[in-house]
Amino acid sequence: MVLKIFFPQCCNTADSGLLVGRWIPGHNSAVVLAVIHYPFIPGQVKKYLSELQSQTQVDLTVLGSWSMPKEGQEGMDSFLKDLSTIFPQECWLQLSREIGKRGFTCQVVQNNGRLLQEQKNGDDKIVLIHYDQRKVMLSQLHPVQDVGQKSDVEASELGLVFQTVAQSQPLFLLDKYDDGPLKLSHWQSEGREASIIAELLKQASVPVCIFLTWLLSLWHWLCSFRILHLRPVLFISSKLSTCVQSGYRAVHFKTVFSPKKAATHMEFMRKANIFVSFLVDIALGLLLISWLYRENRISKLADTLVPVADVSMTHITSHLWKSLESRVAKELQELLEWLMGAPAGLKMNRALDQVLGRFFLYHIHLWISYIHLMSPFIERILWYVGLSGCLGLTFALSILSDIVALLTFHIYCFYVYGARLYCLKIYGLSSLWRLFRGKKWNVLRQRVDSCSYDLDQLFIGTLLFTILLFLLPTTALYYLVFTLLRLVMVLFQGVIHLSVDFINSLPLFAIGLRICRPYRLAEGVKFKVLCQEPGTPLHLMMEINPLKCSSVLQCYRTPTYSCYPKDSWAALCKKLFVGELIYPWKQKTAKTD
Amino acid sequence: MRGCFLLLTPLEFTVTSPKLSLRKVMVYTCFVWLFAYAVFFFTENTAVLSSAIILTLAGMMIHIHFVKVDHETLLIIGSLGVQLSSSYASGRESTIFIEMNKLKDIVINEAVYMHSIIYYLCILIKDPADPETVTSVVPLFQSSNPRLNCLVQVYRSCQEILAQSR
Repeated sequence: MVLKIFFPQCCNTADSGLLVGRWIPGHNSAVVLAVIHYPFIPGQVKKYLSELQSQTQVDLTVLGSWSMPKEGQEGMDSFLKDLSTIFPQECWLQLSREIGKRGFTCQVVQNNGRLLQEQKNGDDKIVLIHYDQRKVMLSQLHPVQDVGQKSDVEASELGLVFQTVAQSQPLFLLDKYDDGPLKLSHWQSEGREASIIAELLKQASVPVCIFLTWLLSLWHWLCSFRILHLRPVLFISSKLSTCVQSGYRAVHFKTVFSPKKAATHMEFMRKANIFVSFLVDIALGLLLISWLYRENRISKLADTLVPVADVSMTHITSHLWKSLESRVAKELQELLEWLMGAPAGLKMNRALDQVLGRFFLYHIHLWISYIHLMSPFIERILWYVGLSGCLGLTFALSILSDIVALLTFHIYCFYVYGARLYCLKIYGLSSLWRLFRGKKWNVLRQRVDSCSYDLDQLFIGTLLFTILLFLLPTTALYYLVFTLLRLVMVLFQGVIHLSVDFINSLPLFAIGLRICRPYRLAEGVKFKVLCQEPGTPLHLMMEINPLKCSSVLQCYRTPTYSCYPKDSWAALCKKLFVGELIYPWKQKTAKTD
Repeated sequence: MRGCFLLLTPLEFTVTSPKLSLRKVMVYTCFVWLFAYAVFFFTENTAVLSSAIILTLAGMMIHIHFVKVDHETLLIIGSLGVQLSSSYASGRESTIFIEMNKLKDIVINEAVYMHSIIYYLCILIKDPADPETVTSVVPLFQSSNPRLNCLVQVYRSCQEILAQSR
């Protein structure tokens, strides 16, 4: 069987000593973690290793000896051979390297004293895989699996190697420059890594988190008042996207500001992603505010908004496209007058036309008077509402979506009137058409059955059918016009919600990590053949293969209450044809872990 | 490559694709620029010319970085696994490593495509928990498509190494 030894690159130039590491169960391989230098006391080494074993849950043992003889250190070889009796192992590795040569020599001694059976081709039964210890320690192999989920035999060898190095962090605290009894060589020997700012931030973050959690609990207490749980208030708040967004953010804050440290990698990434995207959100919101409040743009917006507030929509029929600056309530009025005349050359039923047209015109008149009542306050309101942008760009967008929804409420009403009228007409027509042909809808059997009608039933039925049929174009045209207006509004709101959702769910921290420190998120490894001389074991270099950007997005996306189309295109068209009310965007409730 | 195989000699097979042909590049560039000049002649808008230049440059960069494969390599290290890497014309390398316990077998598959039969080498992947089912198939040498005699050589060497490592 082939023996694989994972050897850290930092120990390539270490002085002679003992190899400390772990045997990977089930795979006939070993991971070398550090080298303990001479002089040492074997008892202390054993005590230190057992302490670390209880601390890290990794079964660290002495794997063998490492010798890189310098001048004046002859006679090491016999000393090294005697060590194998002090630390009894099943397999004792003896790695040695000469200065100036590239390859190592390796011998494996089994506990009965004999060397491993060699094939006629010498040392080819051993593979030495060099790895960068710091990068492997910090890296996370994807797909992420929970610790202890799979049994060790089925777990992948590389996964176990990464896990071993990552869990052995306490081993890397003692160094060969320390004054303790043991002198170790590992990746920290090249230069101790620490940052004062990072440590200070870590210390300061705990009281800050506790304070913010207290604030959050205060907010939750406010929200739990009975008055806010009445049915109408609940209904309105579920429709307003601002309330949805603020509830969503509160859940996020609870995750981020909890004083508990993140236990797993995924939790840590989730916290970091939420925190970073929140900061970016606030920054973008402040940018928006600074742009909006400069050069008095708010009052300009208010001036254009009041006339435009009577809904700025574009017309659907070709010869009625007008510019957006004209007052659109006036436009709606003109549209209705056009419909009351002979629109696009179609001849409408005069009486029905007048009735419907007057009905809608009266509504517009009410709306215009309401807007004119509000107009002196619009600028002030806009000024204060614009300040909400400091809570984040997503808030500003949600408020914009809500304002647009409120201002175009009358279009929604018109759509509902037109749709209901049209729907009634269609149902009446279909039922009377069945009567015309002598059939009936059987409610019990849910199918169409033949039926014999009386003469007077047939007469009245046919009469009503003709009336409804000839009134159909008028109602259909009104329905068409208002449905199209409504669809434009729905599209606009959908776009805003999609962009809010995008900002919410983008994992900025993970993307930044992938760009700046690609070894932290590993998809796999790459091997490169370093040295392949006869007589020495095979040397390979193991490098980390970073995760692809698309996998980063897929893996670390924050789950959100994304809106997605509820119906397929075919179902939507059918609903439009029949006259059912459409609510195309359905909101998914946020997935909770 | 035949003869006495050492168990651990990592076996590396590289298949090279034909390089980017200069004549094709010149032909495409001339086409695009003549077309741009013709449009400019009619519209008198210099934005057409600059956009044609930018388009050509961007298209060429995308082509050599993402599309044009220079060579593909298969590295087998018995007892560790199999590494596939494709290197693009711009120098970018994309690598996949498959561990030995996930590898079921390496086979040559034949596929009927329109009027011809094509042969391709592929790796059968298994889940270590369930060694009998094949979970996925990874085809090798997709861009260079070597012929059957070349594939058979690679196949024989791979099978010898896999047989020894089982």
